[in-house]
Amino acid sequence: MNIWDRLAKIPRSFIFLIIGLSVFLPLLFKFTLPLNILKPVQEVYDFIENLPEGSSVILSCDYSPDVLPETHPMAIALARHMARKKLRVYILTLHPAGTGLALDVYNRMIKEMGARERKDVVFLGYFPSSTATILGIGENIRNVFKADYFGVPFDSIPAFEGVKNYNEIRLAISISGAALPEVWMTYANGRYGANVVAGVTAVMAAQLYPYYRSKQFIGILGGMRGAAEYEKLVNAQNLATKGMNSISLANFVMILFVILGNIAYFMQRRKRR
Amino acid sequence: MKRQIPILIVFLVGLLGFLQYFVTGPISKGIYNTWLEWFQGVQGMAIIMAIISLTKRHWTNVRKGKNTIYSLITLFSLYGMMSLGLFIGIEKGSLFDKLYEYVMVPLNATTFSLLAFYMASAAYRAFKARSMEAILLLLSAFVLMIGLTSFGDMISKNLPYFAQWVLDVPNLAAQRGIVLGVALGVIATSLKIMLGIERSWLE
Amino acid sequence: MGIGLDVPKLPVFFAIIIYTFFLLYYISKARKGGNLFLRKIPGIEAVDEAVGRATEMGRAILYIPGLSTIDDVATIAALNILARVARKAGEYETDIIVPNRNPVVYTVAKEVVKQAYSTIGRPDLFKDESVFYVTDSQFGYTAAVCGLMVREKTATNFFMGYFWAESLLLAETGAATGAIQIAGTDAITQLPFFITACDYTLIGEEFYAASAYLSGEPVLVSTIKAQDAMKLIIGALILLGGFLGLIGKAGILNFLFP
Repeated sequence: MNIWDRLAKIPRSFIFLIIGLSVFLPLLFKFTLPLNILKPVQEVYDFIENLPEGSSVILSCDYSPDVLPETHPMAIALARHMARKKLRVYILTLHPAGTGLALDVYNRMIKEMGARERKDVVFLGYFPSSTATILGIGENIRNVFKADYFGVPFDSIPAFEGVKNYNEIRLAISISGAALPEVWMTYANGRYGANVVAGVTAVMAAQLYPYYRSKQFIGILGGMRGAAEYEKLVNAQNLATKGMNSISLANFVMILFVILGNIAYFMQRRKRR
Repeated sequence: MKRQIPILIVFLVGLLGFLQYFVTGPISKGIYNTWLEWFQGVQGMAIIMAIISLTKRHWTNVRKGKNTIYSLITLFSLYGMMSLGLFIGIEKGSLFDKLYEYVMVPLNATTFSLLAFYMASAAYRAFKARSMEAILLLLSAFVLMIGLTSFGDMISKNLPYFAQWVLDVPNLAAQRGIVLGVALGVIATSLKIMLGIERSWLE
Repeated sequence: MGIGLDVPKLPVFFAIIIYTFFLLYYISKARKGGNLFLRKIPGIEAVDEAVGRATEMGRAILYIPGLSTIDDVATIAALNILARVARKAGEYETDIIVPNRNPVVYTVAKEVVKQAYSTIGRPDLFKDESVFYVTDSQFGYTAAVCGLMVREKTATNFFMGYFWAESLLLAETGAATGAIQIAGTDAITQLPFFITACDYTLIGEEFYAASAYLSGEPVLVSTIKAQDAMKLIIGALILLGGFLGLIGKAGILNFLFP
């Protein structure tokens, strides 16, 4: 077996080992690779940055622990920005496995970001019917949010003062590993003209770009890169930025394997001729 | 008659569902909500049959000595979790909840993360410049895989914007074309079943 | 009376009515014996070869009808194709394995396969344990099916229906076992993975047309012609809209969207 035959038949276990190392090793070292901010993320940042203090925003953490590495850093970075802008944030989840993660974002806003409980941030918990919830908010949020997650009645929550429906809610952000941002877009934006932002995994982001181009989404945070870009914008580089180091190296290694495979393929073809 | 009645039911229910989409008001919403409730009821019934099928299959495997250990683990997990949930409860902090959070969730995440390895081996195996289309696939994969990571920013300031352009323009155009075709296919399939033209589900 | 018309959706209503007229026109043309040409789709042409390969190797066929629920049209299309594949498998007396993620899909798939064997006069070939429910968990299902592929060493794998992130896991595991793989899905995000890892992929509407192709019945084939006719109209509208947009007169078409 000559070298080209070996390169054409690299064992899968070896490929897996190298990929594993290229993901793991960057996590051990502290460094930040350069990252440009792309338009879909910049537009989200600019929109939130231009919101006046006290504006109401829905942050819907519609994701499960499976997609935590890509989506949770997005939620935290967005929450950090909204806390800094002193917006009124209503955190909820439309995913059955999302309550714990949404609660984590809420707790971080209070403990780390200086948000005041029930004045700057409210945690509403899980709502089983996504369509009914999104449509219900469009009519009257009192019909949907009777009390917060901890049982405090709606009328006792200062953050809801003067808010009736999407006319007063300036932005709805849906962070998800599935199709829930499209549900927000269809009903909140489609029916009530609400501003909607999507935060999704990299695979789902490709599916949502048509809606971003047609301005049905204000912007999209796509995958770990989107999360890392937003962390950079809010000056709080953390999980996503570290993760980008691993992704960058792993992608680079994948490209190297593809190049090696192609070189071997062409050399073998040449030999056969 | 045996065939006509199911086809008639499918047609009437399909027509009602189609018209309901275009009609507003509490009656229309009520019909839709009733359907959803019935659907959930049917799901509940179906899961009983599904669990019986699962148990039968794995018990047969155990009796025949075929993949015994996997089948035993499946049956133990299924009935173990069911018993925990039914008799001890599923509240936060319960054993059921802990097993879900510390066993099920990490297992799901682990299986999901296998994608990274499989992607590498699939790319190595399949991305060969055999034809013009394969070369285009290869080049766009290079541009996107490098362009949307930090190495892309290091190679050139414009590479990430070019990669984003590939997503925003050619990718978007192709997606829209596929989505249009899929939408027509979905309508055609639905109409074929409603009108009784496609009867493979019935024969 | 509490009933109103959702006016913004009316263009969709009329478009579907027009499409239905096209369908009925081509169906009546097919019934009168009109000749309808369809181009060959490699993935569909390969179904016979794939089933034959499994027969020659004495190994089973694995058919996955997607991971979505029964109310997803992709699942219904997958079950339509399952009926045809099961019939072919029955004719060749080849085993077919159909693992399901959803309980309702499991019950329907079971009846479809049973009926398929009955149609060819071989109800004795149907094995109760060949169509089964696995689990509702996405990655639990994936792990189970991957294990099945490796243990049973299925010769042919069909991935038909709606898939999510597990598509590459399934397809790559199948490729590693040396199976011939045919995929069909309308999940745009998963198409690249299937194209990379499978031998044949039915993209989008090819997947919906597959059942008609496989049956060969003129009436079913005529519905594909109707799809093509509707596509021509949509294409013409897109070109018209693009041209009007270029000359700044796109507002002319606003009446189409109240």
